[in-house]
Amino acid sequence: MLDWLSDYTLRTVALGAATIGIVSGVLGSFAVLRRQSLLGDAISHAALPGIAIAFIITGSKSLPVLVLGAAIAGWIGALLALRLSNVTRLKQDATLGLVLSVFFGFGLMLLTFVQRRPDATQAGLDKFLFGQAAALLQRDVIAMAVTGGVALLLIVLFWKEFKLLAFDPDFAAAIGFPVRAIDVVLTTLLVVAIVIGLESVGVVLMSALVVAPAAAARQWTDHLGGMVALAALFGAASGIAGAVISARAVNVPTGPTVVLCAASVVAVSLLFAPARGLVFARLRDRRTRRRFGARHVLEHLYALSEQHEDPGHAHATSVLEAMTGRRAGVGADLDALEGQGLAQRSADGEWAITDAGRDRIRRDRQVER
Amino acid sequence: MSAVQLEIQAIAVLAALACALPGVFLVLRRMSLMSDAISHSILLGIVLAFFVTRTIQSPLLIVGAALTGVATVWLVEVLTHTRLVREDAAIGLVFPVLFSIAVILISRLPSGVHLDGDVVLLGELAFAPYERWFAFGWDLGPKSMWMMSIVLLLNTAFVVSFFKELKVATFDPGLAAAIGISPVVVHYALMSVVSVTAVAAFDAVGAVLVVALMIAPPSTAYLLTDRLRTMLVLSAAASAVSAVAGFWVAHWLDASIAGSMATAAGVLFAIALLFAPERGLIAAARLRERQRWEFAHTMLAIHLFNHEGSPDAEQESGIDHLGDSLRWDGGFRERVVAGASRRGLIERSGEFLRLTDAGRDLARRAVVG
Repeated sequence: MLDWLSDYTLRTVALGAATIGIVSGVLGSFAVLRRQSLLGDAISHAALPGIAIAFIITGSKSLPVLVLGAAIAGWIGALLALRLSNVTRLKQDATLGLVLSVFFGFGLMLLTFVQRRPDATQAGLDKFLFGQAAALLQRDVIAMAVTGGVALLLIVLFWKEFKLLAFDPDFAAAIGFPVRAIDVVLTTLLVVAIVIGLESVGVVLMSALVVAPAAAARQWTDHLGGMVALAALFGAASGIAGAVISARAVNVPTGPTVVLCAASVVAVSLLFAPARGLVFARLRDRRTRRRFGARHVLEHLYALSEQHEDPGHAHATSVLEAMTGRRAGVGADLDALEGQGLAQRSADGEWAITDAGRDRIRRDRQVER
Repeated sequence: MSAVQLEIQAIAVLAALACALPGVFLVLRRMSLMSDAISHSILLGIVLAFFVTRTIQSPLLIVGAALTGVATVWLVEVLTHTRLVREDAAIGLVFPVLFSIAVILISRLPSGVHLDGDVVLLGELAFAPYERWFAFGWDLGPKSMWMMSIVLLLNTAFVVSFFKELKVATFDPGLAAAIGISPVVVHYALMSVVSVTAVAAFDAVGAVLVVALMIAPPSTAYLLTDRLRTMLVLSAAASAVSAVAGFWVAHWLDASIAGSMATAAGVLFAIALLFAPERGLIAAARLRERQRWEFAHTMLAIHLFNHEGSPDAEQESGIDHLGDSLRWDGGFRERVVAGASRRGLIERSGEFLRLTDAGRDLARRAVVG
């Protein structure tokens, strides 16, 4: 079961994927809260020309050089997209899309030009597109861990600033925080999170690893600290699971596998998170509806007993159905009321309010007054 | 220019025009990134349809792909409606998942099948002329050329016949709903058009270029005009220019045509961003500069006007005194005075300034409002 721990390659890959998951989960939390989920998509695509230019300048295919180029281009792209939406009438969706597609196209042009091969597939681009975690070396993982560690340290150091920026940037500006500078730092850290995952997860899908763990974590907690920690955990788990599965199966790229693992976490969270999850919300809804329904029926039973000479006179279920205007559920509500001792069923199956039911209504009306 | 080159350019221009038309409405409706999402997730439709038909030539592939495009839109809406995630995060979750499933399915296919994730993403325009249509032994030309012509025709028909509906639903959804144009129907109609266009264009130009062609030319046009009709015409022109320019750059550099077209579209946007007559950065900077001087001239006129005829008029109209009363330092003060005299607002005698009739008029108007 745990034999993969002893496999050197697999261990390296899993550790690398875990690092990527943690860093992108943490930074993604801020991006998602700031409604910048798609900034990650723009950054990862915008990184491509940086890779090409780094290769043209240095002639080297070593990972740190290419990653540095990717980071610079991604950083320029991110700031450009954010800035363009401030200085022009274009909204952020258009500026993100613009930067994403134009930078990527430019990178594609450069890469194919460098390799003198108009056919992009042969230019070895597919690795960058979909990621190949199996190519990770131990020193790559160490470099990723160190870079990611620095990014996380900065998050801890500037926790208060980032928190304020995420929830109330206007207030932050009003009390004198250098909002623009904090924004640039946070965006820079997001760039770091994305470029360290590019090689393993790929350009196309790295953005999902920013969004998914954060969106899942958001469902479980209303505290930023808890959300960030959970997102890191979800990111790491998806990373490890995806890397291990894709390393085990032949010819399955890492990026999609990691994304599907993260998406499963999202699906579970959306459905089953206790406070916000759809399943529990539905159950709560039903319980509330039933409580209100039963109360409604009790009010009508009370009204009937007030109008009748004999307060204990029983009425048919169909009468109550007509009064409440409901077809379904009145019988169930009556059973529930009987269970609480507020209504009673007569021998021929008709219903009347009990003394306890009358007291309940009167007491509640007094309270209302 | 060879026949093949001519055909490639024709396909490129047709694809660019077909993308630009729905792109205008995407940009205006702040849904630019839907093109990104749709153009990625159509891969899943293509793969699924392939599993059914076992051929990549079937028209069913196009239908399947277009349906996944619409399904993407629908899924994003369903997710957003749960209110558990915001729209940007919903987009960022849905398309990577669909795309990942597609990539994994492809990796399970027997090798030798010409269906590849990076082909979908990047396209290969250079090969498009070699897939031709023959009828009764006649060469009818490249298949993509026919396909893009049909889609362009459909898109033009769509925009022309529903121009009013699109316009109202885009600029005033409330009014649209009030006069009986369902914003939902318009939304899904537009998204279907985007899907069909993306499907038709992807195998010629690639998904990423679809995004570039749908967003960049309309963004360029948006900086140049306030009229919808003009914007449609301008973005069509910008997209056609990008297509032809991109082709020749690619030819000259021996690089990817799709990448070069995206780059050309980006360059056109940059030119518009700088030089647009009213909204360009240079025009805006010049306007700010002019307003700065006009404001200073008006301030000077008001200052002199306020003290005219009063005992301290002589002292207040001294040039040196302006430093105290208006807080203008030496160089700026001299330039304001020079500018104001050039405009005939003041007259200078030695160290003292006097308002002209025009200056008095300006001050009076500025003060009264």
